[in-house]
Amino acid sequence: MLEPITVSLASLNVTTMAPMLIAIVGALTILSIDLFKDGLHKSLYVMVALLFLLLDLGAVVDFGTIFLRNGTVLGMFNMMLIDGLAILSQIIIVVASMLFIPLALTSKRFHEYNYPEYFALFLFMIAGFQFMVATDNLIMIFIGLETASLALYTLIALHNRSKSFEAAVKYFTMGALAAGFFAFGSMVLYAITGSVEINQIALSLAKDEYANIGYVLLGITFLLAAFGFKLSMVPFHTWTPDVYEGSSAALAGYMSIVPKVAGFVVAMRLFEFLVHSGVVWLQVILYIIVVVTMTASNIWALVQSDVKRMLAYSSISHAGFVMAAILIGSTQSNTGLFLYWALFSFTNLGAFTMLWVNRQKNLIAGQSSDHPYEKFSGMIRTMPMAAVVMALFMLSLAGVPPFALFWGKMYMIGAAVSSGYTVLALIMALNSAIAAYYYLKLIVFMFMKEPMAAYGENYLLNASLSLKTIIGIAAVATIFAVIAVNPLLKVITLFVYNSGY
Amino acid sequence: MQEHILSILIFFPALAAMLGFVVHKDGAKAYGITVAGIEFFLSLWLWHIYDPMVSGMQFMESAPLVSAFGINYLVGIDGISLFIIILATFFTLIGILSLTETRRVKDMIITLLFLEMTMVGVFAALDAIVFYVFWELSLVPMLYIIGAWGGPLRIYASVKFFLYTFTGSLIMLVGMLFMAYFYYQATGQWSFSILEWYRLILPANFQMWLFAAFFMGFAIKVPMFPFHTWLPYAHGQAPTIGSVILAAILLKMGTYAFVRFSLPLFPDAAVAFMFPIAILAIIMIIYAAMVAYAQEDIKQVVAYSSISHMGVIILGTFAMNVEGISGSVFLMIAHGVVSGALFLLVGVIYDRRHTKLMSEFGGLASVMPRYATIFGIMMMASVGLPLTINFVGEFLSLLGFYKQSHSYTLVAGTAIIVGAIYMLSAYKKAFFGPVTKEENKHLKDVNRTELLGLIPLVVIAIWLGVYPKPVLEPINNSVEAIVQLMHDKAQTPEAQKRIPNLATTGTMNSVSEAH
Repeated sequence: MLEPITVSLASLNVTTMAPMLIAIVGALTILSIDLFKDGLHKSLYVMVALLFLLLDLGAVVDFGTIFLRNGTVLGMFNMMLIDGLAILSQIIIVVASMLFIPLALTSKRFHEYNYPEYFALFLFMIAGFQFMVATDNLIMIFIGLETASLALYTLIALHNRSKSFEAAVKYFTMGALAAGFFAFGSMVLYAITGSVEINQIALSLAKDEYANIGYVLLGITFLLAAFGFKLSMVPFHTWTPDVYEGSSAALAGYMSIVPKVAGFVVAMRLFEFLVHSGVVWLQVILYIIVVVTMTASNIWALVQSDVKRMLAYSSISHAGFVMAAILIGSTQSNTGLFLYWALFSFTNLGAFTMLWVNRQKNLIAGQSSDHPYEKFSGMIRTMPMAAVVMALFMLSLAGVPPFALFWGKMYMIGAAVSSGYTVLALIMALNSAIAAYYYLKLIVFMFMKEPMAAYGENYLLNASLSLKTIIGIAAVATIFAVIAVNPLLKVITLFVYNSGY
Repeated sequence: MQEHILSILIFFPALAAMLGFVVHKDGAKAYGITVAGIEFFLSLWLWHIYDPMVSGMQFMESAPLVSAFGINYLVGIDGISLFIIILATFFTLIGILSLTETRRVKDMIITLLFLEMTMVGVFAALDAIVFYVFWELSLVPMLYIIGAWGGPLRIYASVKFFLYTFTGSLIMLVGMLFMAYFYYQATGQWSFSILEWYRLILPANFQMWLFAAFFMGFAIKVPMFPFHTWLPYAHGQAPTIGSVILAAILLKMGTYAFVRFSLPLFPDAAVAFMFPIAILAIIMIIYAAMVAYAQEDIKQVVAYSSISHMGVIILGTFAMNVEGISGSVFLMIAHGVVSGALFLLVGVIYDRRHTKLMSEFGGLASVMPRYATIFGIMMMASVGLPLTINFVGEFLSLLGFYKQSHSYTLVAGTAIIVGAIYMLSAYKKAFFGPVTKEENKHLKDVNRTELLGLIPLVVIAIWLGVYPKPVLEPINNSVEAIVQLMHDKAQTPEAQKRIPNLATTGTMNSVSEAH
């Protein structure tokens, strides 16, 4: 006869799930408001979502203080793992979401924002990402990833244009393939170690001294492919530009930040112990992926004629740049990853928001895509302030000091230098130089060409006070990043170091 | 105020530029002149309170920036940077005074003021990252000036200028990070302070690699042969003000950085690379002079002569002794004054005729006598006529290198002759002979505003040519400190032999004896 299982509620440590539960409750609240009275203005849902995100952030920050006092917290049968990485990435996820959600308050009407479900799905997605980063259980990661991804596919499709449907279906198909890879890779690892927890897997592999190295490599290959899709690493990146083009500029900006930081954290948990245990094959593959992702996407970005597609390729390149942190695997590089991504989220969201405020409802004659370079030509004459702000974001993305991303780049290259990856450091530096060309191209159009009358009346059509506020926040964060870098570095290093990375 | 004078000098123009957005475009030029004038007087005051007897850094300011990574806002000046800062503020003032551009003047003035901040910042920075910040930031206003007000190929020229320099500096950034990492390994602390780096003695093979990394950044900026290809485009397409600032100040960043970084940080590597770099410098001098001779566009003549003179500066810098380095620093200032003046003069004729081709001119001396006189004086200064400013610098630079190698210096010395050939022939084509073109017969001579910009330059070119001591002495004092530091740090026997030890020998006075 089986022993009755008794589990005390206290040992479950349910509070570890508090941040995600807050997001989920927020989503359910939005749905139930709609049950009682439908047809309410979107501003209500935006503000409700913002409030719940604020609570969510509060809970995460609270865990941050607990972590600094007591170290890592486990909960729910060790399914939940609240360590420094989980806290840092959740802060980035929630803050980026808080910057994103007011972008729904456009002055033009867009189809998706009339549905409260949009905001509910958005909060479900955040909960999914939070689950994904706050665990080292492969099954839990899978559930979080799929919850978030399914919500995201729907958010893209809700934009209600034929290109959006194409994007959603494409993303869904690729995502399904990636999910398959992930499940298969986890299965192989479970088969040889008997565990789905990453730290247990690491222990068990170390114990038999990687006797089943062939199977380990097989498992890693599948997992690498799965994360290659999610982090849009070359050659698994092909969906990215199309999906970004199909979704609204705001959502594209969001997709370039939040899903990726979640992916990075999981990749860090999965791959770094393998890199450190001297799995040379993985080191080589990661090296190749990092270099090819950075370089190839930079070169593709050079030839784009649409700013949004250019930014899509540029964000692939940035992801490749940051992926180097996982290859290097030192505390400095992991700190650099979070620093980079925290700074990147402001700048990149700002750049995509600048596209979002210039969104037209209908294309003019001869216009092939939403945001061709020509649309921005001569903007310094027609909209001097907007041109300067956009140029600011471009310079920051290019890594021109003293703007935000320069500090991230410098710290990452510094990490590569300190760990002896000299060639990688040079490749990273030279890639920034290649990238400068396509960012400059937009600046050249904005500052050095004559305005095109046809586009003149379409500027800032979509701007509203809340969008301008978000752009303002992003611009201020980009310019004055230098003040924030020191405290950020200190906090991030503390969290990363105490989590053992 | 005295202890914060450098921060005021750096950030006053930037602050003024931001306020400048409010100024109406009719008053933009007057606003620009006011700000640049105040800035220039501040820099003169800096000279006044500067103690020329002290060889080390003065007016140092320090504030933590990213202390977790050893980055501090650290500024200070010595005799080497002092005069280049004054040159920068002076040329911004002169440039705005003689601005004839009428399109989007306000944008231009604001851009120039931002550029002034970055220029002063580069020469005052003593922290590598702060230096890098200003160094890179200076590209952005220049990109805009060339790209928005330039000639037909302006976009190509501006983007080429930006990408070339940006690539070089990124390699330099990797070098800086390596340097900081070595410092971290040696002391357990991150630091980007140049003064602290000076105390670090690196193994010779590390020095080679780091020297090469820094060299990429600096050589492209100077620009040294074979990295010079961006410069003729940039000068050819830039508006007058862009060329003036580019030639007078921005190019000096590269040569200044050699003196500030490469020599004292890597003395052994610098000595090892002395002759390869001297060969590059000599190629630069002679090749650029020959190309200048073949030009038909008078602005290109001045542009290539600029490259040629930068070769002499490099040669002097890599002489590694007090005469050579002092001479090259003095020549930086001299070349700034002279080439800046020549570009202004080319701008004067361009404003009247909208062409820069020498074949379009001829006989200008009879139509525009005052113009021809000023051009003549400046051309003589450029050629290096004794008693003009360039002569002092060129003579000392060559004298310095003569101590290292007689034959190299002899070859380099021919440059002065070649320089005379292309300059005089250009002058002859444009100014002498009959007036062949109808349009040239009624050209107006230089007017009062133009004179306001040009006369001070003529005065300086002659004054410092006759009596260079007030400038040369502070430079000399600071250079002596650097040479002594290099000697103390030198490890290879070759380097110990090549770099003089000032503590024992009497070379202290050799420069003043040379006059």
